[in-house]
Amino acid sequence: MSGLWFWVVVACVVGFLTKLVGYLVPRKWLTNPRVARVAGTLTIGLLASLTVANAVASGQAIALDSRLGALVAAAVALWLRAPFLVVVIAGAAAAAGLRLLGLP
Amino acid sequence: MNPAAPTPLAQSPGARVGLSIAVATGLYGVSFGALSVASGLDVWQTQLLSLLLFSGGSQFAFIGVIAGGGTPVAAASAAALLGIRNAVYGMQMNVLLHPRGWRRLAAAHVTIDESLATSTGQTDPVEQRRGFWVAGVGIFVLWNLFTLVGALAGDALGDPKRWGLDGAAVAAFLALLWPRLRSREAGAIAVACALATVIAVPFVPPGVPILVAAVVAALIGWFGYAAGPEGEGLEPDIDPYPPTDDSTRTAAP
Repeated sequence: MSGLWFWVVVACVVGFLTKLVGYLVPRKWLTNPRVARVAGTLTIGLLASLTVANAVASGQAIALDSRLGALVAAAVALWLRAPFLVVVIAGAAAAAGLRLLGLP
Repeated sequence: MNPAAPTPLAQSPGARVGLSIAVATGLYGVSFGALSVASGLDVWQTQLLSLLLFSGGSQFAFIGVIAGGGTPVAAASAAALLGIRNAVYGMQMNVLLHPRGWRRLAAAHVTIDESLATSTGQTDPVEQRRGFWVAGVGIFVLWNLFTLVGALAGDALGDPKRWGLDGAAVAAFLALLWPRLRSREAGAIAVACALATVIAVPFVPPGVPILVAAVVAALIGWFGYAAGPEGEGLEPDIDPYPPTDDSTRTAAP
């Protein structure tokens, strides 16, 4: 997967340049409320999409399996204000546990 | 506070908050490292993302797309889009710090949710500066250290599914999303983008549904930009100033 190496580097370069842009462009460009708003909605939308894609997508099919249990466990942990690592461990434990019980 | 006589560093509220947020944020580098090798990246690629991309959301986005069978192009695109908010943060920090020369490059590199939130939570310019650098550099060091720990541990675990690491990835994304769902609008955007993802999955290659959702989110932001509260979606993953604890904030002058 040599393409993977290339795109890892591209992501790193683009990520750094994006940060640097904030320090270089005239202030009024990014203080435009529309730009700040899009940056915010993009963040919410992408994270919601990544959550769902990782929970139910399996290639080009929708698969309802132990990962849904992980989603529920994580939501409960977050509801109880558990710290980030505890939430992640709860998700892993739920998925691993449900698989031990025979779920896909 | 008199800027000519700043608080000694040992009692600096900015540095104290920066240090505690560095420990809390750095620690979850373990989950990034473990999930990254489980998604199929090697230890070096994982470490490179933490060293050079250095933005939690973008890093998780990259490996989240790869884990779902998406192409590296789609992974890099998702990471780039999720990093756009860092440009807005950079502009805010530039106003507060005015870094010059090599400091500007270093400041840009450690411009992330948590360093910005630590800095802007202080009111004294000296503390804003300290908070930014202590949080930024502290997280950078610990995040990379714990990424390596997680990557090596993940490598040793073997079959990721047996350990529920695919479930851990789902949990990590929900945990990144959660603090940003403070308003009804934010919840509505999340639901719309989640639906767009599920609808797109059967029709486009893996990874692309996430970019479809990004388009939906951008359109909502662009055309409905007045609908949401200011700064929505720009909350840090871990809040340096939890709503219940105001003791670490500097008093307003």
